Parts: sequence; structure tokens; C-alpha cells
Amino acid sequence: MKKTIITVVGKDRVGIIAKVCTHLAENGVNILDISQTIVQDYFNMMMVVDANSAKKEFHQIAEELAELGKEIGVIIKAQHEDIFAMMHRI
Amino acid sequence: MINIHEVIETNQMIEKENLDVRTITLGISLLDCIDSNLEELNRKIYEKITTKAKNLVAVGESLEKEFGIPIVNKRISVTPAALVGASACRSPEDFAAIAKNLDRAAKTVGVNFLGGYSALVCKGMTEADRLLIESIPQALSETERVCSSVNVGSTRTGINMDAVRLMGEIVVKTAEATKERDSLGCAKLVVFCNAPDDNPFMAGAFHGVTEADAIINVGVSGPGVVKTALSAVRGADFGTLCETIKKTAFKITRVGQLVASEASKALGVPFGIVDLSLAPTPAVGDSVAEILQEIGLEFPGAPGTTAALALLNDQVKKGGVMASSYVGGLSGAFIPVSEDQGMIDAVQAGALTLEKLEAMTCVCSVGLDMIAIPGDTTAATVSGIIADEMAIGMINAKTTAVRLIPVIGKTVGDIVEFGGLLGYAPIMPVNPFSCDAFIKRSGRIPAPIHSFKN
Repeated sequence: MKKTIITVVGKDRVGIIAKVCTHLAENGVNILDISQTIVQDYFNMMMVVDANSAKKEFHQIAEELAELGKEIGVIIKAQHEDIFAMMHRI
Repeated sequence: MINIHEVIETNQMIEKENLDVRTITLGISLLDCIDSNLEELNRKIYEKITTKAKNLVAVGESLEKEFGIPIVNKRISVTPAALVGASACRSPEDFAAIAKNLDRAAKTVGVNFLGGYSALVCKGMTEADRLLIESIPQALSETERVCSSVNVGSTRTGINMDAVRLMGEIVVKTAEATKERDSLGCAKLVVFCNAPDDNPFMAGAFHGVTEADAIINVGVSGPGVVKTALSAVRGADFGTLCETIKKTAFKITRVGQLVASEASKALGVPFGIVDLSLAPTPAVGDSVAEILQEIGLEFPGAPGTTAALALLNDQVKKGGVMASSYVGGLSGAFIPVSEDQGMIDAVQAGALTLEKLEAMTCVCSVGLDMIAIPGDTTAATVSGIIADEMAIGMINAKTTAVRLIPVIGKTVGDIVEFGGLLGYAPIMPVNPFSCDAFIKRSGRIPAPIHSFKN
């Protein structure tokens, strides 16, 4: 199963996780894990999701998430987990 | 399971430290296009390139989105044109027609450069090789995306000094033919010793005759990532320094390996190699010179530069080879002047000279790269500089290259602007003493002895 990593970086505020999760739920994306941390005063959230049975193409969901990020003032990226696994695991 | 700090680290490399995949280069063999009729040959070439590379740009863009990493260039390399055109071309103009055809094919598939307008003449020149070389000034002035390279020497064969003499003249003529654009043609012309068959980087890429019909080669980059990693261990001992470079090179190369294998799958073309070079761009923070400064030099060119560069180059290779199943191409640190803001600053500060750059090329990949010299430099002097660099490659069994730009109408103190990835450069002074009588000699320098290494 190919997993997707969604990252949210920006200034913390009420409702970020709710908005992202709602959007994912509407599109049939299953959330497997969520973690968050603060790095240099910035809110960092990472979600591991399974988008294999999503209703839309990966590219389209990624673009919609980026757009949603702009609306709430954070940067949202969706990337296949391979890039992280390749870089950090032998 | 990947943790959040690893994800943040990767994305920071991409967003803040200019980590990117510099190029996906599709190598295409044109040997099966050979025809004695020039029109027929051009038709077959155009058809093969536009068929094989039809999806190259789209696949590159799709991988960019999938992994969230920029893939800066999508390019093509082809079989050296001197071989492909040998039976059809009777004049330099015939070869130039192939160049224009290649340019058209490159535009159709949307790649920004196509390499392989090349001749391999390290021991001798066929008539076709000579015609192709003579056509280079016209070819580069009348095309936009075609890159040319000529291999004039190797460790096995020695140096073809007739070709070196000719290339000096061709570099000057190409400068003259493109003088309205600050002699930009020369930025697309490389003279090699020990040219690799699978190099994905321009302007020296070509698809060697020992390669498969089509192959995917990927060049990674990320000098900014190395620099940032080193700034975290400032003042540490050499062991720590080397370890940090190795680890970073590993991470960078892994991304290249991933993109290469995915691109290979998506295009249905076998994966060739990952070239693990540190390739700078004029962007701030994307500089090999800044790594040398971080290692402890005030400017590149200061005493210690060659040692620091040797260390950097070697550690990049040591870290990179473990990250990829197949490493090839040029693999090392590039030191182009105009494409690296830190190098430009060093030249302007008076720290870096042509002679020091030559010494630096003994220990790192490539050679005298993207160096602007006065427009009135003679062909013999250009040949002399080429000969010196080829000798370094031949004796040390490494690839060396020369990409000099004699900027017509400009001299020391002037600045030349090439734009985009090619950057800008201050004109560097050239040693004014003559080597005419040396260059006038005909024949070749014999292959070096492979024992008694001193």
C-alpha cells in the first residue's frame, strides 16, 4: 500500500486540523496517523494517509489541499512517502 | 515508520536549501536512423526523438508533484551526430541541417536542451568528424537548444592535438558567430578528455555508442543542503566534517535514485545511472563555493582550496555510491564560474584566477567551466588552455572539460550576462604569453604510461 504524507506548516490557529480532516474525509482519504510539533515557533503537523481508495486523483487532492492551505494561512503539501523513506532509511 | 522530524528535514532541504533533481536526461540512440539520404535521415531522427521522448516532460512534471521536489530540467542526449550523419553529410552545412532538425525535435517535445551534437576524436578524425566540428559555429548560432561536445583525448589514446588546434579555432569562431548574444554559443560547447558516455548534464551530454537504445540518467544537486549541514558542525575536526558531507550526499543521492527509478517505470525506459554531482546555480544558497567557505576558506582560490575541494569531492562520492545502485556520469563537485554566485564573488574579489581553477580541476569533476575570457584571446591561446586541461585528464585518468567563452567586444573588468541557469560572469584575464609554436605542431600526444605513478 502506497502511503501519502501530508504536512501542514504555519502559524497555529483554531481549526486547522478540523479543516484538513474534513476535506480528506469528504474525498475518501483515510488518516492512519497524525503527529505534530513546534519548530522555530511554527506549527508543524504530519499526517500519514491512505489515499488509494480516494475519490479523486492524487494530483487533484494535493492541489485542493494547497488551495485550502492558502485560505487558512498555512502551507499544506501532500507527497508520496517514498521520498522520505528513501532519504532516511537504508 | 517515518517520523515528523525526518519529514521536516526533507522538506526544509527542498524549500530552504534548494534541493532539487537537476535533470532527468533521456538518452536516445540514433544509430538505427542512419541513412545516406540527408532528408530521410532527418525525418527518421525527428520521428525517433519525438516518439521516444513524447512523455518525458509530462512524466517529469508528474513526479515533481508526486514527491513534492522540483525537477528542474528535462533533457535529451543523442548518439554523437558525427557518427549518425557520416554517410549522409558531405559538407558542414549538411551537418548544420541535422542540428536544426535536432533543435526542432527538442522544441516539439519541450526539453530545454538536447546534447549530442558531438564528435569523438580522441585519437583521430574521420572526414565526418571534421565536417561536424567545422559546422559547430553555424550550428550553435542557428539553433537554440542544441549542445555540442568534442572528445579530443583520453587516458588510453593520448591527446589528438590536431583536434585541440581545431577546437581553439572553433571556440573563437563560435564566439564570433554569436557575438550579438555575448558569445552565448560557447556556453553550449564543451571540449572533453575522457568524456563519459552516460553524463546527464549539459552541455556535455551525449548518448554513447555502448549504451542501450534508450536510457534514463538522472543528475541530482544540492550544494545548499551540504552547506547548511556543514554550518551545524562549524569548527569540528576533519572526521566530523567528512562524515557530515557523506551523510548529506547519501540523502541527496537517494532522492535522485528514487526519481530515476520512477521515471524509468513511467516511461518504460531502462534506468541508466544517477550522476551524483553537486551542481550549483546562480541562486543564492545554491553554491559549491559557499561549501568551500564553510569548510574554512575566506574565498575559493585561497591557499587550501585544492585540498578542501579534493576532500569535498571524495566525500560526495563516498556518500553517494551507497545511495544508488548505479552511479555514473561526471559525479563530483562542479566548479563553473558563471553559474555559482560564490565563484563570481571570488573572481571579483581577486581571489580566484584561471591558473588556480586549473589546479582545482585536478581534484574534482569536470574542468574549466563557464569561464568568460577576453574576446581578443587568440585561437592558439584557447587551444593551449584546452591542451593543459586535457593533459590533466589524460594523466590522472579522469574526465576533464573546457567550456570557455571568449566574449567578443569585452575585456577584463567587464561583466557578461548569459541569463537563466547560465548566470553571469566577470571576464577573467588570460596569461598573455604565446604558445603558438607548440599548438602549430601537428599529430598527437601519445598515450601516457600506466605504471611508475608519481
